[in-house]
Amino acid sequence: MQREVMFAGFGGQGILLIGNILAHAAMEQGFEVAWVPSYGPEMRGGTAYCLVAISDRPIGSPIIRNPMHLVAMNRPSLEKFAPMVKPNGVVVINSSLISIGAERDDVDELRVPANDIAKDLGSTKVANIVALSAFVARSNIVDFEVLRKCVQEQFASREKLIPINMAALDAGEKAARLK
Amino acid sequence: MAKTYKKPEALSEQVTHYCPGCTHGVIHRLLAEVIDELGIRGRTVGIAPVGCAVLAYNYFTFDFQEAAHGRAPAMATGIKRVRPDLMVFTYQGDGDLASIGMGEIIHAANRGEKFTTIFVNNTVYGMTGGQMAPTTLKGQRTTTSPAGRDVEDVGMPVKMAELISALETPAYITRQTVIKPKYIVRAKKAIKKAFQYQMDRRCFSLVELVSTCPTNWGLTPVEAIKWTEENMLPYFQLGEFKTPDEVEED
Amino acid sequence: MGKILMKGNEAIGEAAIRAGCLNYFAYPITPQSEVAEYLSRRMPEVGGVFLQGESEVAVGYMLFGAAGCGARVLTTSSSPGISLMSEAISYISSAELPVVFVNIVRGGPGLGGILPSQADYFQATKGGGHGDYRLLVLAPSGVQEAVDMVMMAFPLAEKYRNPVMILGDGLIGQMMEPVEFSDHLKSEPSNKDDWATNGMDTRNRKERNLVKSLFLDAELLEEHNLVLKAKYDRMKQEEVRYEPYNLETDYRALVVSYGTMSRVCKTAIDNMKAEGIEVAMIRPQTLFPFPIDPIRAAAAKDGCQAAISIELSMGQMVEDVERSVQGKCPVHWHGKAGGEIPTPEEVVDVIKSLIK
Repeated sequence: MQREVMFAGFGGQGILLIGNILAHAAMEQGFEVAWVPSYGPEMRGGTAYCLVAISDRPIGSPIIRNPMHLVAMNRPSLEKFAPMVKPNGVVVINSSLISIGAERDDVDELRVPANDIAKDLGSTKVANIVALSAFVARSNIVDFEVLRKCVQEQFASREKLIPINMAALDAGEKAARLK
Repeated sequence: MAKTYKKPEALSEQVTHYCPGCTHGVIHRLLAEVIDELGIRGRTVGIAPVGCAVLAYNYFTFDFQEAAHGRAPAMATGIKRVRPDLMVFTYQGDGDLASIGMGEIIHAANRGEKFTTIFVNNTVYGMTGGQMAPTTLKGQRTTTSPAGRDVEDVGMPVKMAELISALETPAYITRQTVIKPKYIVRAKKAIKKAFQYQMDRRCFSLVELVSTCPTNWGLTPVEAIKWTEENMLPYFQLGEFKTPDEVEED
Repeated sequence: MGKILMKGNEAIGEAAIRAGCLNYFAYPITPQSEVAEYLSRRMPEVGGVFLQGESEVAVGYMLFGAAGCGARVLTTSSSPGISLMSEAISYISSAELPVVFVNIVRGGPGLGGILPSQADYFQATKGGGHGDYRLLVLAPSGVQEAVDMVMMAFPLAEKYRNPVMILGDGLIGQMMEPVEFSDHLKSEPSNKDDWATNGMDTRNRKERNLVKSLFLDAELLEEHNLVLKAKYDRMKQEEVRYEPYNLETDYRALVVSYGTMSRVCKTAIDNMKAEGIEVAMIRPQTLFPFPIDPIRAAAAKDGCQAAISIELSMGQMVEDVERSVQGKCPVHWHGKAGGEIPTPEEVVDVIKSLIK
């Protein structure tokens, strides 16, 4: 079975990075993965997105019109991609920056104030990790412990960033489990 | 004791296809002598241009590559980058080096590629039949400037040695000629010096040689020498324009 | 060493090093500049040569010079850059030098766009430069296959003393997939002393070597072209590579597709299979030599109502598909050239419209 996650936001929110971390975690867990960056007409308006496909068999088309899940970090991304998500998918909404909802009754909408949580932890820069964590906790797309290990590896060369990113993981997980 | 003519080892037995009075033969011989004297024949790679000297490799006895028009400096760059121990020279005419290959020669010189360029300037495209070159003199008639080079229309003749000397990168740049024995001695010294700089992995080196083309100029070999002295040498002045030593002293 | 997640462009750079290619000349162009960026870091680490040339024209001849003296060399570029290198590719082909070119194809003509495309099919397989020459053209459909093909390309280039082109596309360059690298290859062409201008002292021989492409005598040029043709004919005999997909079924249509587009077609074929419609695919992994015989055999099978060339161009490979099918069934084309990649749904609709 193939599952796809669209990560979308504006440049500088670390969108490509969280896609990369999820792809890495899925690979570690033995899945086939493909990570496709913003590379299309959708790039306009400063929107950054990437798509991660995870499957138990070789991945055919990495170009997906209707992803299974969405992590939207800003409003234009939500407006653009929410209508495309497949029924029963998880839609994570960064409610710190997005006041509206997905306007869908057939998806699992999860509102996470990622920027506010990150700010409380000491830096809004880790809002992306909060959102990724909440998404993984909610969707169980990969094992949470594998994700934890991959986040740690991601920051291995900048060790002083590990504690805050680990805290962001915990906070994101907590936010997802609360709902 | 009288010296007898002895063919340099680097020169082949083959009779050249060059026209009477053409200076390529002299330049080939100077190159071969320098290569023999430096004992580098076994590690030299020449690069033949497109132009009259496209078949230059027939007259030498060491490795050669044949370039596309103007691209010899890029090929020399490729060779020197992967085999810095080889001695590499490009042999180029004015159409090849100063027109279609202007980009390649300028950038190779500016990177300070450690090869040597022998630039034979005779103001015309020889092989294709005497068309106007970037170095064609003001007012000089050619098959594509029948009324004489109009500098209002196509600009002034390009002085390559001066142009390349203007680059900040250290280099050995000189202009010589081979139209008379007294000049030939100096030209050979310049070629040897250029090769020496390359051997020492010091810098890019270029020897521009003011040359003749009696056939396309429509002159006899003797007239061509006179024409060169009277017309070319005042504009393309001989001398050393740049050495790496003076740059390093600054 | 296990799998690592890598961007196609960076993986191609790493694969070159594993393939023993320590000489890279290139000029930046989107969407493949990451190869140059990656190798500008990696080549110094492994004692290799990295040089950013002043233009693709110059780069073409840097490759010529370096390959001419026996070095294993690579360049990567994208469509407009390959156009500029095409002069050198013609000369390199004639001089019979092993050089590996990677074209991460973008949309054209002209400046075109930077999105994925397969519109350089003709350029890669039919020429691009002047004269009768052929490149051996490999077409990967993912990052791992791009790596494998880089590893394959050098020995092939050396076997035939002929340039090899890897025809990727922007998506393969930009996407990340898990890759595994195999062991290092031996670092240099083994027979190079017979032809390379590596210096008589180096090879300890008295005969000089000459690397050239000029044959003024008609008989000699004819002879030279026959030598080249014999190589191309041998490639047709020995190097055809393709992947059959769903070919063992009673398929109603045959898709021919390569690279990124073939992945979309696979998904479309899987989706149709779930609906009970069998469609087969032949995915050429070599575009020259083209898998003519397998395609003809597959198209001739009872029940195959159509052969469809699906490509990211306005219909280039379809000409080779027609040439292969030889009227055994109707041949159709479907494609896009602007940079958008047809979705599996779109491909399903197209196939369904062509079969009963």
